[in-house]
Amino acid sequence: MMKIWEYIISLSFLMCLLFGAHSFAFAESEEKESFNAGEVIIEHVLDSYEWHIFTWKGHEVSVYLPCIVFNEGKCYTFSSKVFHENEQYKTVNKTNSEELVFTIPHEGNFKGKIVIVNADGTMKRPFDISITKNVLALFISCAIIIVLFYLVTKAYKERGEKEPKGLQSLFEWLIVYVRDDIARKAINEKSVDKYLPYLVTVFFFIFINNLLGLIPIFPFGANITGNITVTACLALFTFFITNLLGNKEYYKDIFNTPGVPWFLKFPLPLMPIIETVGCFTKPFVLAVRLFANITAGHIVVLGFISSIFIVAQVSVAGGVGMSIFSLILAIFVDCIELLVAYIQAYVFTLLSALYFGMASKEHEHS
Amino acid sequence: MELITPDFGYFFWMVLAFGIVFFFVAKFAFPIIGKTLKNREKKIAESLEQAERIHEEMQTIQAKNEELLKKAKEEREEMLNEARISRDKIIEEARVKAKEETNRLVDAAKETIENERKAAMIEIKNEIANISIKVAEKILEKELSKDEAQMEYIDKVIKETEKQ
Repeated sequence: MMKIWEYIISLSFLMCLLFGAHSFAFAESEEKESFNAGEVIIEHVLDSYEWHIFTWKGHEVSVYLPCIVFNEGKCYTFSSKVFHENEQYKTVNKTNSEELVFTIPHEGNFKGKIVIVNADGTMKRPFDISITKNVLALFISCAIIIVLFYLVTKAYKERGEKEPKGLQSLFEWLIVYVRDDIARKAINEKSVDKYLPYLVTVFFFIFINNLLGLIPIFPFGANITGNITVTACLALFTFFITNLLGNKEYYKDIFNTPGVPWFLKFPLPLMPIIETVGCFTKPFVLAVRLFANITAGHIVVLGFISSIFIVAQVSVAGGVGMSIFSLILAIFVDCIELLVAYIQAYVFTLLSALYFGMASKEHEHS
Repeated sequence: MELITPDFGYFFWMVLAFGIVFFFVAKFAFPIIGKTLKNREKKIAESLEQAERIHEEMQTIQAKNEELLKKAKEEREEMLNEARISRDKIIEEARVKAKEETNRLVDAAKETIENERKAAMIEIKNEIANISIKVAEKILEKELSKDEAQMEYIDKVIKETEKQ
């Protein structure tokens, strides 16, 4: 507990190095064919039904995750290993006892997703809530976050009003930072307590997931916060909290913006339209920003690592030389990613707080 | 394209997972943490205020003490001065008294001596007179045993008296 700081810092630097090692592993499998950097990178950044850990002497070592799909109201569960063994997975249709064929196409609209192949060869995407690599990583990181908060809360219960210690001091620093420098600056004193639990949750959720995404070894290293679904979900939470807890003042600002000439509101309600669109663009921007920043970081690091193999295909000596150069750059980018992990968590929380602040401000126009 | 297409299954799990985390933090963790932080801040603020107040009190007390000390010093100085003055006065008085007493004693002694001397003189005179009378008696007894001699002496005395 005492040295948790040092662990975090040393872990952060260690993972920069491991990132390189990991990339060697995944690139190894590609070596026999011509190395396609773009594909490898995108594959890493995207979701999958199995968690590829490394390749050892031509054998892929992966964790095969459960697939859960619904078709016509019936639930089908199977391991993703079935797709590793065969291209298609055939089972009995629970509605009409006919044959039901699942597959994962390698191209097209449903590339990389489980689909049902109809008798006429067309593909249909079922309702798919499989535990994919990203879902598993999400569960793991959520469990970590809950355990961390549990430990910190326990420490608070035990130590009472005494000075914080160990993990508690690290969390207290961040919690107090979110409370004083983000929430209290953006939201008025009266309603700040209402929004604070969400802001703290969102900050730690993004920050911890960003950091875990930088650790390249299983069961971390999935691109959780660099996934548009995750960021969209977070943004939707912010959107609903903003608009559901917004006060009269806020809705008056949207539908009858004060300080604007009347002809912008009537007969064509320009301002209300703009303001309403603004309500939706704000969370949209939140989602895109977080997604793009984290994904870009992953892509850049992988790009540097991939350049080793691109050069190595031409000459081995060049690959060795390139590896030194690339590793230094990858470590440098990884260090920047540590910073980005914090900055993006901060920005998301800050902007959410600003939106909440706008939705709960009082009597500024009167 | 897949990179920017939200996936519904993942979205479902995300809402669930984030919801659970949010619920845990908002319901169990944060109320305790927030309350403890607030209480601690209050305690610190109160302690600081108290320290400030005590400091001020201390300063007042110190000032008071200093004033008291100063006053005490002044008083002591005054008392010392007074004591010195009264001491001098007493000494002076004693000296004067002593002188007076001495003078008086000396005078008394002188008087006594004078008196004694006078007394002695008178006694001596008386003694001498007595002795003279006795001597004269004796002489006269002897001399004047004869009438002639008596007459002669009477003459002589008359003559002497006349001369005088």
